[in-house]
Order: sequence, then structure tokens, then C-alpha cells
Amino acid sequence: MSSNTDFVLAVESLTVSFDGFKAVNDLTFYVDENEIRVIIGPNGAGKTTVLDLICGRTKATEGSIKFRNKELTRMKEHDIVKAGVGRKFQTPSIYGDLSVFENLEISFPRGRSVFGALVFKRDEEVISKVHEIANMIFLGDQLDKQAELLSHGQKQWLEIGMLLMQDPDLLMLDEPVAGMSVGERQQTAELLRSIIKDRSVIVIEHDMQFVAQIADKVTVLHQGKILAEGSVDKVKKDPKVIEVYLGH
Amino acid sequence: MSLLLKSRAGIASLLPKKDLYGFLVLALILVVVLPLSLDIFRLNLVGKYLTYAFVAVGLVLCWGYGGILSLGQGVFFGLGGYIMAMFLKLEASDPESTKIQSTPGIPDFMDWNQITELPFFWQPFYSFTFTLIALIIVPTIIAYIVGVAMFKRRVGGVYFAIITQAIAAILTILIIGQQGYTGGVNGMTDLRTLHGWDIRTDSAKYVFYFVCVFMLFVCLFIAQFIRKSKLGRLLVAMRDKEDRVRFSGYDVSNFKIFVFCIGAIFAAIGGAMFTLQVGFMSPTLVGIVPSIEMVIFCAVGGRLSIVGAVYGALLVNFAKTSFSESFPELWLFAMGGLFIAVVMAFPNGLAGVYATYAAPKVDAFFTKLFSKTVAKNSSSMPLPSKPTSTKTESVSLPQGVIHEQ
Repeated sequence: MSSNTDFVLAVESLTVSFDGFKAVNDLTFYVDENEIRVIIGPNGAGKTTVLDLICGRTKATEGSIKFRNKELTRMKEHDIVKAGVGRKFQTPSIYGDLSVFENLEISFPRGRSVFGALVFKRDEEVISKVHEIANMIFLGDQLDKQAELLSHGQKQWLEIGMLLMQDPDLLMLDEPVAGMSVGERQQTAELLRSIIKDRSVIVIEHDMQFVAQIADKVTVLHQGKILAEGSVDKVKKDPKVIEVYLGH
Repeated sequence: MSLLLKSRAGIASLLPKKDLYGFLVLALILVVVLPLSLDIFRLNLVGKYLTYAFVAVGLVLCWGYGGILSLGQGVFFGLGGYIMAMFLKLEASDPESTKIQSTPGIPDFMDWNQITELPFFWQPFYSFTFTLIALIIVPTIIAYIVGVAMFKRRVGGVYFAIITQAIAAILTILIIGQQGYTGGVNGMTDLRTLHGWDIRTDSAKYVFYFVCVFMLFVCLFIAQFIRKSKLGRLLVAMRDKEDRVRFSGYDVSNFKIFVFCIGAIFAAIGGAMFTLQVGFMSPTLVGIVPSIEMVIFCAVGGRLSIVGAVYGALLVNFAKTSFSESFPELWLFAMGGLFIAVVMAFPNGLAGVYATYAAPKVDAFFTKLFSKTVAKNSSSMPLPSKPTSTKTESVSLPQGVIHEQ
């Protein structure tokens, strides 16, 4: 159906329809190695659906999604994760009853089968990795805290940290700074810049200032289709984008 | 030496101080206090109640930890009980003692139902080894099939509870309907010997009581091992944010199937111990009502506490026995009221009540006692380092307990 490419992610003529409504319509885009791609667009443009499709949460009606030339559309969610795709949800998705340490530990890529989990040992490697990631996400001194008690911004960081434990080749973040204070946004932007080394990132974001800080390339979605694509400046000046999204 | 140290550290991480005391107190009550203070009739009753505790412990893992509410654990309790009863019934139906039947050598209820030959699926139950293997394997297979059919399709929550309840109803109807093969509504009665050893004597009842307590502790240790493993933490994580676990690279359904199968095996062992101690098995222990009662035992004990589940089973059954002696028709209402009260007022059951109100005092007492011994032995007994103990504790403690750490 589609040929192999050098891209990390190749999405080609992707369509998904819910009872006839095409949430994503004949979408094609490519993500390069070590690229930060930001997807913006008005509400209901199909941004989150695209991430759902890539990580296997929603099944595509048509088209192909290739990750390092591996077809993802027919794979199970956990196999997609094992292939190297990580995804952060829009609302912070963490395990409130567990400690910060345990939250991070669960994402450590070992002992993922039933018996693997039964005999999993918390060894030096796990502990040092958890500490390393915790320091990166500004939670190094909160390891024993119950995750439920963290602030909203800290929960967002924790989930990003859980993804870093997985060490995915492609990281997908759905509105990582939503609901954060200005200070936290600044810290998150720094965090993102430090974690994007050696991996590609897809970010959905509304905050244009934040987008300008991090993006290599921006894709604007509107009604399930690509409205514009290119650098932040180019997209900002595009009259169609101003019309439907940025406003005058 | 290093191996010894390692295994000791392993045990310490498996059974942190608090859990260890919980296990020891329970063992003391079941092995020493109750046998010394109760006559054999009452002790046999306790043994019967303990068979429900097996189910409740399984439910702690399934429901409390994994969030999988099964209202059909009676199915597995019944399977275990019937499998054991089939072996005992065959032994009780030797040609000598059934010579007045029109077909000697088959169980009496088959003879009453004009069956003239032992059905093929009864044949292997002449072997005790086969019976013991079947006791584990059959419930596992059934739980596995149900689990795969449900969890792979992501059926969960209320839908799963309803389906398990339907299975309980189906099995009851099947047992009652096929009375030629199962003994029907009367169940399998008149069980006499195990390898020629009379199971109705007082001494046999003592033996079975202790076997039952031993098996219960085996199950408690398995449950504790699961709880303390990463799998235990994964269950808690799944209960909270299933999708997050799935998108962290785990096949969530496999973990649910596993814990459901473990619950089924525990229930089956309980069922078998029931048959041995009470001397019969009947469909009244399989259906919807007993299955829901078992959930209540678990809820009253505290659905996050495996030791609590044992107390829950004991206390509710004591209450049931004494209450229904005086007000038989009111018991079901009392049971329903109890369940509502527990869910509304004490969501973590007895274990939660203990942890909130009694544990701080008990802890203070032990710390006092401990600090005295430490003072006496000067520095020879170092106190356990605080951070590790709090880390392991926070996995399992119900919400209300967090503050006392």
C-alpha cells in the first residue's frame, strides 16, 4: 500500500470515521528523526484522534501509519508501546494510590508479562533510573509521596517522567502545559528541550507562545484535514490559519 | 551465609513488620486460642467459616486490588466442593454398602434417577491424585475461559459482575437440573471416608480444621507475595488508570485473567475444605446468594486487607449463626444493611477501622516496648530504616491510613 521511508513516522492517507463522521480525513504527514512536531488547530479538529490512532487506542478506517517502517494500524496497544511509541494523555494520567517512585517504576521497560511482573526485582538499575528521571522532572525529593497529593503541574511532569522511563523513540504529548502556571510552563519548556535529544516528539498544544518556543515544524489541523504545515512563522502568517484558528 | 542474608532480606520485604504481626496474631487465634477454647462442634463451625475466608482472600486480590468485582465466586467454591465430594461419594458407594440398590456400586442418587452405569466423567474421580489435580485445574480452566472471553474484549465493571452472577445462576440450574449426575437440589450427601478413614469422627474434624488453617495460610502467603510483587502494584495501577497501564506496554487483560484465576483457585480450595469438614456439598453454596455473601465477607473485613478478609468471614458468619437462630427471617435484611453500612461508613471495612482507630495506639505500645528492649540491649539491635518501610507500606494501605505514617 505504501512504500518504506526514512522517516520515523509516516502517516499516509489516514482516515477514521465514526458513524460516517470523518474525524480524520485523508491525513498525510511525516515526522523526521529528532524532530519536534507541534499539532495545533481549533477544538474538534481531530488532533487528539490522530494521537489515538497512532498509539492504537482508536482503529483507523483507512490508510497507514508506519513507525520505522512498521505498520501500526493492526498492532495491539502494548505492542505499539514496545515498538517504541510513548503517549501522554491530556489530563494527567497517573496512579494516585501509588507513590511517585512506584509510578515511575511501573513504566520501567522490564517484567511486562504476568510472570515477569511476579518475579520483578527492584534492583540497582531500576532505582538509579528512577532517581535520574525523578531529578529531571523536578520530583527528586518527592519519591515517597503518594502521587494523588501532587499538584496538577507535578502530576503532568510525573506522567512525562513515566514516559521517559519507557525511553520511547517517538514521544507524543497531548497538551503538556494545559492548566500550568507561567513558572511551570517555563520549566516544562526546558524539560521538553532536554528530553527531545535522541527522539522525535509530537506535541498537541494551544499556547502559541509555548509552541514558538519548542516547535521545529507546525501542522495545523482543521476538520480532520491539514490546513497548513511549516515553520511557526510561516504558519502564523498563513491567512487560512488566521481565519479558522488564530483569529484576527 | 550471604544466601541466608539474602533470603532473610527477601522475607523482610515480603512481610514487613506490620504485616508480620497481622499474620502472627491471626495464626495465634486460629491455631492456639480457638482450638483451646472451643469444643469440637464450635471449632468445626469455625472451620466451615474459614472455608469462606479462602474466597474472601481471593476477592481481596480480584476486587480490592484489581478492581474486578466477581459476584460469581460461588461457582469456583462449588466446583472445588463438588470435585472433592465426587471422590468421597465414589468411595462411599462401594458395592458392599450399596448392595440394596438396583445397580450396586454407583452413588445412591444415580440409582434413584434410573442411571445404571457410572457416567464417564465420574470415572477418573476414583483416583485421589486426579481429584487433587482437578481441584486446581478445573476452576483455573473455567476462570481462564471466562477471563479471556471477558477481559480480552474489555468487558469490565458492572457488566463483568452481572455476567459472573449469570454464570453462578447457570451452574446452579445445571446442577439442579442434572440430578442424576450431580445429586440435584439435595447435593452430594452421606460422605463417609477418605481412603478408608472415617471423616465424621471428632478426631478427623480436628485434623481437617488444622489442614484448613494450614491451607488458608498457604493462600495468605501466596496473596501476600502477589501483593508485594510488581504485579500487585500493577493491579492497583490498573484499578486507577487502566489506559495508562496499557500504554505503558502491559497487556492489561492478561493480568486480570491471572488474578481472576488465582481467586478461582483459592475459592476451589475453600470449597474442597468445606466438603471435607461439613460432609456434604449442595447447590445452595454455588448460586447467587452465597456468591454475594462472599463479597460481603470481603467488604466487611476490608477489601484491601488479606488478613482482614479472614476476620470478615469469621465475624459475619458468627453473626449469621447467632442472629439467624433467633430471627431467621430477618437475617437477609441484616446482611443487606450491613453491606450498605460498610460501604457507606467504612469503605475499608474492619481493617480500615482498625488502622484508623486502634493501630496508632497499638503502634505506640509496641514502640514503647521496643524502645525498652533496645535500651537494654544498647545498640545491638538497630532500628529498621524508616524510608524503606514507608515505601513498601504505601502500596497497600487504604486511604484513611496514610496520615499515621
